[in-house]
Amino acid sequence: MKRNSKDADSSHRKLTRRSLLLGGAQLGFAGLLAMRMRYLQVDQADQFRLLAEENRVNIRLIAPNRGEIYDRHGVIIAQNSPSYRIVLVPEDAGDVEKVIANLTRLLPIDEEDLERARTEMRRSPPFLPITLADQISWKDISKVAVNAPALPGITPEVGLTRLYPQNADFAHVVGYVGPVSDYDLSKMEDPEPILRIPRFQIGKVGFEARQEEALRGKAGAKRVEVNAMGRVMRELDRQEGESGADMQLTLDAELQSYTQARLGTESAAAVVIDIEHGDVLAISSSPSYDPNLFVRGISVADYRALTSDPYRPLANKTVQGTYPPGSTFKMVTALAGLEHGVIGPEDTAYCPGHLEVAGRRFHCWKRGGHGHVNLEDSLKHSCDVYYYDLAIKVGIDRISDMANKLGLGIKHELPMSAVAAGLTPNRDWKARVHGQDWLVGDTVNASIGQGYMLASPLQLAVMTARIASGRSVTPRLVKSVDGVEEPSGAGETLAINPNNLRNLRKAMNAVSNDRRGTAYRSRIIAEGMRMAGKTGTSQVRNITAAERAAGVISNDDLPWERRDHALFVCFAPVENPKYAVSVVVEHGGGGSTAAAPIARDIILQALYRGTPPLDAYPSADRSKIEAQQERLERERLKRRESQGNDQA
Amino acid sequence: MSYLEYHAKSTPTGLRKILYLNWPLVLLLSAAVGVGLLMLYSVAGGSFSPWVEPQAKRFGMGLFVMLAIAMVPIWFWRNISVLAYFIALTLLVAVELFGAIGMGAQRWIDLGPLRLQPSELMKITLVMVLAAYYDWLPANKTSRPLFVLAPVLLILVPTFLVLKQPDLGTAILLLTAGGGVMFLAGVHWAYFAAVIGGGVGLVSAVFESRGTDWQLIKDYQFRRIDTFLDPSQDPLGAGYHITQSKIALGSGGWSGRGFMQGTQSRLNFLPEKHTDFIFTTLAEEFGFVGGVTLLSIYMLIIIFCISTAISTKDRFSSLVTLGIALNFFLFFSVNMSMVMGLAPVVGVPLPLVSYGGSAMLVLLAAFGVVQSANVHRPR
Repeated sequence: MKRNSKDADSSHRKLTRRSLLLGGAQLGFAGLLAMRMRYLQVDQADQFRLLAEENRVNIRLIAPNRGEIYDRHGVIIAQNSPSYRIVLVPEDAGDVEKVIANLTRLLPIDEEDLERARTEMRRSPPFLPITLADQISWKDISKVAVNAPALPGITPEVGLTRLYPQNADFAHVVGYVGPVSDYDLSKMEDPEPILRIPRFQIGKVGFEARQEEALRGKAGAKRVEVNAMGRVMRELDRQEGESGADMQLTLDAELQSYTQARLGTESAAAVVIDIEHGDVLAISSSPSYDPNLFVRGISVADYRALTSDPYRPLANKTVQGTYPPGSTFKMVTALAGLEHGVIGPEDTAYCPGHLEVAGRRFHCWKRGGHGHVNLEDSLKHSCDVYYYDLAIKVGIDRISDMANKLGLGIKHELPMSAVAAGLTPNRDWKARVHGQDWLVGDTVNASIGQGYMLASPLQLAVMTARIASGRSVTPRLVKSVDGVEEPSGAGETLAINPNNLRNLRKAMNAVSNDRRGTAYRSRIIAEGMRMAGKTGTSQVRNITAAERAAGVISNDDLPWERRDHALFVCFAPVENPKYAVSVVVEHGGGGSTAAAPIARDIILQALYRGTPPLDAYPSADRSKIEAQQERLERERLKRRESQGNDQA
Repeated sequence: MSYLEYHAKSTPTGLRKILYLNWPLVLLLSAAVGVGLLMLYSVAGGSFSPWVEPQAKRFGMGLFVMLAIAMVPIWFWRNISVLAYFIALTLLVAVELFGAIGMGAQRWIDLGPLRLQPSELMKITLVMVLAAYYDWLPANKTSRPLFVLAPVLLILVPTFLVLKQPDLGTAILLLTAGGGVMFLAGVHWAYFAAVIGGGVGLVSAVFESRGTDWQLIKDYQFRRIDTFLDPSQDPLGAGYHITQSKIALGSGGWSGRGFMQGTQSRLNFLPEKHTDFIFTTLAEEFGFVGGVTLLSIYMLIIIFCISTAISTKDRFSSLVTLGIALNFFLFFSVNMSMVMGLAPVVGVPLPLVSYGGSAMLVLLAAFGVVQSANVHRPR
């Protein structure tokens, strides 16, 4: 027992020793753990705190409201209207396929859209809403709402989308918006993050595109706390964005709508300028299209119909179409002659029906000629030879300078798509572009707005406004931005002798008010409202000597695309010009028959701020005009009703 | 010492035994469990369900079991050690055959209200059987090869079974705790040196063989070892847990983000935040101070156990106390190393703090044995 106990003592000592050793090791390891904790939690705390924040906080952009667009009287042209879409939250739906089946019984959804939604569902966590159908009508939304018990997980969501309540009337001016495409992004150097918001709309064409930056506004942001699955737990804070600027255009919706209706189914363009401030009151290109189709996503068939139409509904003929101005250019040639003292208003030229220049015969439109003509006669009859002769004396460079002074050949920076500069040729230009010398025949052609000469309807209206006012009227389209008035386009007084302008205006007055004027049939007889103007008929083909010998083929016998363009420019009232109008009817035939009546009706509409009284028209036309007024009124009424339906 | 000897000296009897309990140890254990309940309340988003309530009930039950075991004389526990070991072994085999699958591994036996995890039981019974073995074995035979082989087998058989479940964490714990008891019992240094040396040699041989024509394991096994040792190689898979865990710890800073303010745990960035990774929530919400406090509680428990073990002359009591303390130490140090990115992720919960069925119950029962050793210490 004693030996045992001695043994026990020694083994107990050994155990104590070893247990202290092990205990020391354990303490040491605990110290190591504490040091590691200190390293992570004290030395590296800031870094890890940052990482934790990155984990938890997500920044979500809030799309700003796009600026709205109004006409000069506050009529809305482009607005943000609620748009409904149907979203599905898979985790709330339970049996997703059954819910989708129930839904498709209520409203048809493309199988393609459903397939896309299913793919998206597989990829995203079940609490994220998936869009099943977009741009749903209010009627369908109500159906879904009523059947909500049969559709778990389905909710109608409301967002904002662009709506153009005037439909086609402003399509060419305002353009349209659409969702950001990959192509849009690829064009941008450093796209704003906001553009990546699904369904975010940007301006694609027209005013919407040109004023994109101002209309878009600034994105807001909210900071949200998300969990590991990405589910939003709560909003931490939010910073509201800035809405885009509201824009008031100089356009008059009523006049614009009338103009559009008046152009009807022609391939034509018309521009109305308020001479006082250069305000563009109406600027219509026909035929037009419904921009809302593009916002909703146009169908292939609709798009093909638009692009294959020979009348080119998508083209904005007012600013991007350029035409030989034809006889409407004669004012420029005349003014250049007067200004440089080459002719006086009463100086005459003899028109035998043609002029031999450098061995080539240039014809007047009237085979028999006009005889002796002075300035007023030449414009009234639109005698060509008078201008051939005058132009040769003045020289192309001085004519070209005068054209520029009057606003031709100059790009007027309106915020619309593809504004064309037109072309006022001169010696320099021909040498530069064609590498050829300027020929006297070129001058002869240019004198009556043919040959190389090109102008857009907008430029023709500006030219007319400048002649009417003697100021360098500059067109403006934006009246005010967020209530702040834009600078006026009234312009400085032109460095042109007022007497010469007065004489020119007198001649233009004769065009529409002299019994023998080319536009006499389109005169206005109301006192104080009379109109002065100039017809133009520009050739789009050459008339050969053989054809001329056999008799020039009438426009009516030609295929549409080879007929002459019909033009008319005018201002009114003659005594105190307020409005300038230009009308171009593509391949419309003669300016006096195809363009002048349209311009007259439009300018009357502007002068009377509505439908003019019948006694403004010559008595012979009144019954015809009355019928036309009634027809247009009916058409516009019908259109307004269909717009009403669209919005409901 | 024999049964008679206990009688010869005065040991407390009857209700007086309660006075001889190591009360500071009871308080420390309760403190650790208290920390656990606090954290479970927090990770549940400020709610008693689903974790605090069952855990508190289990603690109540565990406390009762601990006291009951403490009242039973220590020699009883010594005498049933062998039986207990073989029962645990049988259960381990049973779990292998009929066990339910939980968390991707086969670990439980479903006994109706209680889900028994035999590997937990094995941790304690292994220590007990080894302590009883060395109590029986005369000291001079301790280092004889034959008498070394027997305990090695006692350790390896359950280790192998646990490894097959597979539960690498528990297997390491069993191996280390068993080896620890053998070391404490006085087995010669040379054996440990040989085992450690051999182990290091084998591992380095395996790694040396990589890429040579005598490669010992397959390529995919190597890759698995790589991500196991360095989870950052796989940041969205195995590395995700440990990265998020380190972020949670680190963002806690000196004094933490405040009770229930830990974003990492509240927003579910932390995996298994109520079980194996509960320490990260503590460290995130109470910072370095909170973490060190829990570590101190744990170390005090260890120190109390060691001092009890040294002050008793009974060999079984000493060994069983030290073994259980070692077990406990391994438990929390492996868990903490794991969440701090010092060790690979193996499924080891934080003792007394993690939410868990049998783990806490078994642990408290083990401390019951420690208490019994203390109460029935000859004075």
